[in-house]
Amino acid sequence: MQRHRGEIRFILNDRQVTLDDVRADAMLLDHLRLVRGLTGTKEGCAEGDCGACTVLVGRPRDGTVDYEPVNACIRFLASVDGCHVVTVEHLGAGGTLRPVQRAMVDHNASQCGFCTPGFVMALQALWMRTPTPTVTQAETALQGNLCRCTGYAPILRAALDASAHGNPADDPLVTLGPELAPRLAELRDGRRVVCGEGRNAVILPCSGEDLAEVLAETPGATLIAGATDVGLWVTKELRDVGPAVFIGHLEDLAAVEVTSRDVTLGAVASYSGAEAALTGAFPHLTDYWTRIGGWQVRNMGTIGGNIANGSPIGDTPPPLIAMGAEITLRSARGRRVLALEDFFLGYGRQDRAPDEFLETIRIPRPEAGRIDAAYKISKRRDEDISALAAGLSVLVRDGIIIRARIAFGGMAATPARARAVEAALEGQPWTEASLVAAGAALTDDFTPISDWRASAEYRMLAARNLLRRFYLERQAPGGGRTVRLDGVRETG
Amino acid sequence: MKENVTIRGGAHAAQTHDSAVKHVTGEARYTDDIAGPAGMLHGCFGLSEVAHGLIRDMDLSEVASAAGVVGVLTAADIPGRNDISPTGRDDEPVFPDREVQFHGQPLFMVVAETRDAARRAALLARVTYEELPHALDPLAAQTAGYPHVTEPLKLERGEIAPAQKSADHRIRGRVAVGGQDHMYLEGHVALAIPGEDDDVILHSSTQHPSEVQHMVARVLGVACNAVTVNVRRMGGGFGGKETQMNIFCAAAAVAAKKWTRAVKIRPDRDQDMIATGKRHDFVIDYDVAFDGSGRIAAVDGVLAARCGYSADLSGPVTDRALFHADNAYYYPNVRLRSRPMKTNTVSNTAFRGFGGPQGVIAAERMIEEIAYALEMDPLDVRKANFYGPGGRDVTPYHQTVEDNILNRVVEELEASAAYRERRAAVIAHNAKGGIIRRGIALTPVKFGISFTATWFNQAGALIHVYSDGSIHLNHGGTEMGQGLNTKVAQVVADAFQVDFDRIKITTTTTGKVPNTSATAASSGSDLNGMAALDAAEQIKARLTAFAAWHWAVPEAAVAFVPGGVQVGGETVPFADLVRAAYAARVHLSAAGFYKTPRIHWDRAAGKGRPFYYFAYGAACSEVSVDTLSGEYRIERTDILHDVGRSLNPAVDLGQVEGGFVQGVGWLTTEELWWDEAGRLRTHAPSTYKIPLASDRPRVFNVALADWSENRELTIKRSKAVGEPPFMLGISVLEALSMAVASVAGYRECPRLDTPATPERVLMAVERLKGAV
Repeated sequence: MQRHRGEIRFILNDRQVTLDDVRADAMLLDHLRLVRGLTGTKEGCAEGDCGACTVLVGRPRDGTVDYEPVNACIRFLASVDGCHVVTVEHLGAGGTLRPVQRAMVDHNASQCGFCTPGFVMALQALWMRTPTPTVTQAETALQGNLCRCTGYAPILRAALDASAHGNPADDPLVTLGPELAPRLAELRDGRRVVCGEGRNAVILPCSGEDLAEVLAETPGATLIAGATDVGLWVTKELRDVGPAVFIGHLEDLAAVEVTSRDVTLGAVASYSGAEAALTGAFPHLTDYWTRIGGWQVRNMGTIGGNIANGSPIGDTPPPLIAMGAEITLRSARGRRVLALEDFFLGYGRQDRAPDEFLETIRIPRPEAGRIDAAYKISKRRDEDISALAAGLSVLVRDGIIIRARIAFGGMAATPARARAVEAALEGQPWTEASLVAAGAALTDDFTPISDWRASAEYRMLAARNLLRRFYLERQAPGGGRTVRLDGVRETG
Repeated sequence: MKENVTIRGGAHAAQTHDSAVKHVTGEARYTDDIAGPAGMLHGCFGLSEVAHGLIRDMDLSEVASAAGVVGVLTAADIPGRNDISPTGRDDEPVFPDREVQFHGQPLFMVVAETRDAARRAALLARVTYEELPHALDPLAAQTAGYPHVTEPLKLERGEIAPAQKSADHRIRGRVAVGGQDHMYLEGHVALAIPGEDDDVILHSSTQHPSEVQHMVARVLGVACNAVTVNVRRMGGGFGGKETQMNIFCAAAAVAAKKWTRAVKIRPDRDQDMIATGKRHDFVIDYDVAFDGSGRIAAVDGVLAARCGYSADLSGPVTDRALFHADNAYYYPNVRLRSRPMKTNTVSNTAFRGFGGPQGVIAAERMIEEIAYALEMDPLDVRKANFYGPGGRDVTPYHQTVEDNILNRVVEELEASAAYRERRAAVIAHNAKGGIIRRGIALTPVKFGISFTATWFNQAGALIHVYSDGSIHLNHGGTEMGQGLNTKVAQVVADAFQVDFDRIKITTTTTGKVPNTSATAASSGSDLNGMAALDAAEQIKARLTAFAAWHWAVPEAAVAFVPGGVQVGGETVPFADLVRAAYAARVHLSAAGFYKTPRIHWDRAAGKGRPFYYFAYGAACSEVSVDTLSGEYRIERTDILHDVGRSLNPAVDLGQVEGGFVQGVGWLTTEELWWDEAGRLRTHAPSTYKIPLASDRPRVFNVALADWSENRELTIKRSKAVGEPPFMLGISVLEALSMAVASVAGYRECPRLDTPATPERVLMAVERLKGAV
């Protein structure tokens, strides 16, 4: 057996696909539509924001196959190595509608029909894991799917009604899982995959250690994890991303470890993959977490990627900085640890050498008396990019703020701590007046810009008000005055 | 077997969309899904990088020599006329030869072996410009002395000056109303296949195949009979594909003829949004005089629109804004003027409501002003001003409102939504002075149905009955999700009394039904349903005559009934009758035609009866607003909407629900944002935010006014439904406004501009707090 494998292998619907000439910038959606003639999957935006291209990607887990909806438009073809890719054609095969399809038809949930295959795929995934969802669960599952015709009401009715037409335990994707899992495991044979060379090279390392070697050999290669950002470099900017090193499949880099002291996330843990552990340890992230992208993006996107791309409006850095997170960078030369805020050097510049990769993110558990919050403000509540985001953590002893860590996104060229605000808070009593007074220091910390997401004036005003909210929403727990629109929403 | 008592899928049945199963299985084919002919090429536009300027030099050498490129097209390559103005104004070139008029204007097209190669090559152009000053919005355009793109309209009735003088109160104000991108999920796409001689066949996602045919013929310099345009279905249109497909089809056709290969153009989402028109933004100045009871005495309004660089449909759009600046209210004295301003932005176009919604905003803003000034419930101000008897039934365009049912619609909704009780509860909640404020509003809509260009109110259809009894249906309308094909097939099923499934709905094509109008103005089923009924009745008449002769019964003894055709005492299966008729050489094909009666319009005089009838509706929405961030949520919406006697309640309910949510998007989170250089920076769903499932009201009760019946002889007494519900979204805007007003004791009209993003809401809260 060769040391490296020279081909990408996956199962597409009911047949195996083997490709030995995958380009670094080849996208799954183009492969489906242009090469395979599977035109049921649509392109609506090519940036992972509309969901018309939603397909299921299944990976072996616990003896069966775990299916997640993803955006095929920004999913690199090479990254489905060892996966089962399911398109809408597969659901309709055999001439019998699956329960979610039946429910969509019965509730008149399609009008123009162009978004419909994407909705069907997202709803299929929802139904398989949550057969009788609540309205909130259904809405959360559909955050990544746009419909311009129906107003969504009939789609929600269909989502809640799918189980009336069948039980997921009887669905072929579930019943065939135990049979398919070993086949997928066999496809992903534990070898490094290398297709093409030079600028066309596509490399899939087989472990974190192997990744360090690959980067030592190919420093400066484009690291592609969830591709929810890098995908757009290709589809929108037509950028050259080769040589490309794909890391989203590396299970040793996706591990999530929870101890009594801290939570440590592998850098390629997806938002979805880390959700339970993170929100369990840090409940204030619960509402915040479901406002990161849509479901498809949360399934693909990684926390490490969100940090490593250095965006000033990434959702995860502000709360992680506030909580004192630190990151580990690794290369063949060794490892180093730094505070998360120190990773961001300036706009588009991060403290990462060309042969390094982000390996883990460690978030310490709070000490007694710490109060935490995470806020995001955007034009649209769900699946929008932050106008501003804030992480606020203060340690209060005997009514006095001993320590404050306040971090904002969207207020500067990088995610950054509001050190003047922190200084203004420390030593002050934990009162509304202290927070209002400290808000005045925001102008010392930040000079935000005006753009299409928000004006500088609004950013500053809303940031000040968030400090106030931080105090107010902790008063009169379990009743009293509401200072925030509820995150969890059920219809009556 | 028991005999059928009714057919499946006849008129008024809640028939599921004819393509529903194909939608959910992915089998429904859209233009981009059509397998391209061998050798198909792909086009991509190169866009201008300035908002206004003269092209000094356009160096396309690197474009032409890029990998995979077959060639480039510029203005010099247009064989016929370089103009695609839908109103014949010669102001809209396919590609400009000298003057660039907006940032993102297509300057050339590169044609390559693959779409990817074309997109990459298009970026290699080197264009130098002599930049000229630009004006981006209607106010800047007025300041800069820019012209109107088309003749303004004035509507006038009564005398405003004396009424203003004698009125108790008078308020002048301004409202800025944002535009809207269509954000159809399927973008523009055109596929041109060259034929012999001058011929070219197009497959396209257009709402207006006849116009594409005309434009392609004009640009190629050939007769219309050489051009065939086909549309099976669109992935949404909303007006965005009424004229905006012309450039893609024209460019694809020119390239296809030039290189004698099929050519497809499918712009990416960003280019689609940057280079094609949108809903017009308006700046509306109003001056309303009223008495102490809230009754309006006089209205003077100027409605200025951002039309973009060319006329496109801005004339009829700004006209319709004026036609709806009364919404449901009688103005005893009124003067309304439009200012269709030229701007250095993409040429704005049709969008669901076609200017009407912007006009309605003006009317509802004035109602709000009066309500806050007099500290009245806005609903009482509305009711005081509704059209009614006693001479209060004439519109600013001198049409008498004959079919007003708004009082009943509003009263029923007021009761079913418990408006008064809930308003009291909202006020009580706000009186506690919390951070979260609430607002509630009940707003009506009255919408005029018909194209204001009277000649567009015509339609054709073609029906073939094959010798096996199967029915082939074709009509001039296009299917974009609104269920038009379903409704028209129901009409035909009803006429022949056969099941819906017997009817095959076929691709709209200029080769079968000529000289069609756009599927627009909500008129699709009104016009095409009647045309199809005409065709069906012709065939039925021939079959009836044949049956009477064949079975020797009087014609009166022949009737189309469920399960067959009753001939005297026996029921002959439909297919048997057809087979016999064929053998007896009966013509089993018919072309149907319809034109809307009773309408006329004298634009110069500003008088006439432009609308055949009005559709009505009302919505009541309640919202919560976070006064720390401006974020909000729709807690509940109740809607009662009038579709006459519904042709298909399932389809109509979908139009109402969907139209409402689209209207809410327009007024809340959908923001078009240009930078100072004139670049649109919100040009994809990542930056342009249409509503999501979680944005719809937490409680959403939608009902059709099932007692309503169109008093005019429309198809099966139904009413148009596409556009009117869009304006029900205004209830949300006004509810937000009320929540904001609560911070200043409801004594000041918040004057929320739209879209009322969280930022605008928070800033309005701050402004009103400062005023207290």
